[in-house]
Amino acid sequence: MGAQHDDLHDAADPHGRALRLGIGGPVGSGKTALVAALCRSLGPSMRLGVVTNDIYTTEDAEFLRRAGVLDPERILAVQTGCCPHTAIRDDIAANLDAVETLEERFGPLDLVIVESGGDNLTATFSRGLADRQIFVLDVSGGDKVPRKGGPGVTTADLLVVNKTDLAPLVGADLTVMSRDAAAVRDGRPVLFTSLREDRSAHSVAEWVTSLVNTWKHADDHVHERTTPTTAA
Amino acid sequence: MRHDIGEGRGAGMRDRPSGDAALLLLADSRLPAGGHAHSGGAEEAVRLGTITGPEDLARFLRGRLATAGLVTAALAAAACELAAATADHPAEPYGQADGDGNTPDAGTDADPARPWRRLDAEADARTASPAQREASRVQGRLLIRTARRIWPSAVLDTLAKAVPEGAHHPIALGAAAASAGCDPYQAAMAAAYNSVTGPATAAVRLLGLDPVTVHRLLADLAPALNDAAHAACASLIDDVVPDGAPQNGPAHNGAPQNGAAAKTRGSGWPALPGHTAPALDLLAEGHLNNPMKLFVS
Repeated sequence: MGAQHDDLHDAADPHGRALRLGIGGPVGSGKTALVAALCRSLGPSMRLGVVTNDIYTTEDAEFLRRAGVLDPERILAVQTGCCPHTAIRDDIAANLDAVETLEERFGPLDLVIVESGGDNLTATFSRGLADRQIFVLDVSGGDKVPRKGGPGVTTADLLVVNKTDLAPLVGADLTVMSRDAAAVRDGRPVLFTSLREDRSAHSVAEWVTSLVNTWKHADDHVHERTTPTTAA
Repeated sequence: MRHDIGEGRGAGMRDRPSGDAALLLLADSRLPAGGHAHSGGAEEAVRLGTITGPEDLARFLRGRLATAGLVTAALAAAACELAAATADHPAEPYGQADGDGNTPDAGTDADPARPWRRLDAEADARTASPAQREASRVQGRLLIRTARRIWPSAVLDTLAKAVPEGAHHPIALGAAAASAGCDPYQAAMAAAYNSVTGPATAAVRLLGLDPVTVHRLLADLAPALNDAAHAACASLIDDVVPDGAPQNGPAHNGAPQNGAAAKTRGSGWPALPGHTAPALDLLAEGHLNNPMKLFVS
């Protein structure tokens, strides 16, 4: 990485750049599997890039490369120095640099996915880094987790509850989880998945596609209304 | 003409009175410029068993401060001085000595990027390890980007363009410090401080050391930090006074001022400290080979 970016424009100004989608959630919930599934589903129709913060250096990036879901060059790994929440929330410089490097090298892109390192329920993405975020839980974490709340569960644009196939084995009541999640999320969407069984994550991919289209459409409106600004 | 300390520093620079608060913001580990993910060799030292506890850490930090810390402090001070002088005299010709030591005539237009590239080259020459050079440039690039949004200035714009792959971190730090309204001594202090606090925090995370114990170590290093900042500034040769301009008294930081005005800016840079620590070079290279590394460097 070494591209020189002029990022002086406000991150909230989306003129002509890819949607940045953060994917967070506890260790082992299925974030990487979800990233792979989305690349599989969306790769044919969208221009993608991925930044991964997995704690084991480039292991997640290696997983994605081995899965063959995306040109390996479009997957960048970022070390977080034992602080995965810091790197997506309090000090986003390195992640932002990686995102903008991808846009510079492969742009224009439609979607850049940023996968956080596994963390606890309080770790959410800065708005300076992610335009929207998905929080991934899994049923084996316990069916009381949605009730516990936390900013990831309550405020993420989409909550994904993964590994539904394990529910009977771990005594997780999906109805309880669904009801509790709805109660704390004030109408924001929740999707239940088994990424092991549905390796394309159809419902999540649909949600993301709709998001990207809305993002682009809003961008068109902005261009119509305002004087075009110089691209950074 | 040099402005007296306390007066404004020219277009784009903040007034001196904000320097102390700015220094705190600049040196704060919470400054969001990506520094938290660099261990300064501490992760590799832990992996090798060189740092196992507070006593080892204290020795590591003291050694780091005496070598890399001093060098980066001097480079940061030089960069801060260059930035301030640039802001005061944007049209001044800079030290453009070519290979034979010839300088252009005074009054000729000079590329403002050249002295920055020269100072960056001085930092490069003092960093033997390629891994350390890369880490320094990554941190420098991220710091410039962050600083341009927090303390926007023409100097930071110039530096960003002058070294697009990322100026070395102490150069970026010095330029940012000047943009924030700090003086060279404060820039040196920030660099020296960073050189030990980053690795100390990394050791706390990696080894679970009692954080109060570690902070006590840092407190014990405070006199050495002050000394490093003083030494860094003392190594600057004050050569920024153009021919014929009145001289000021000694700067408040104790940096010596030449009686004779040098015509070229930056002519003293080769005399900046070049202390190196082979162990740090080896730690940096070894770190790259760690497939489980948690820190960038």
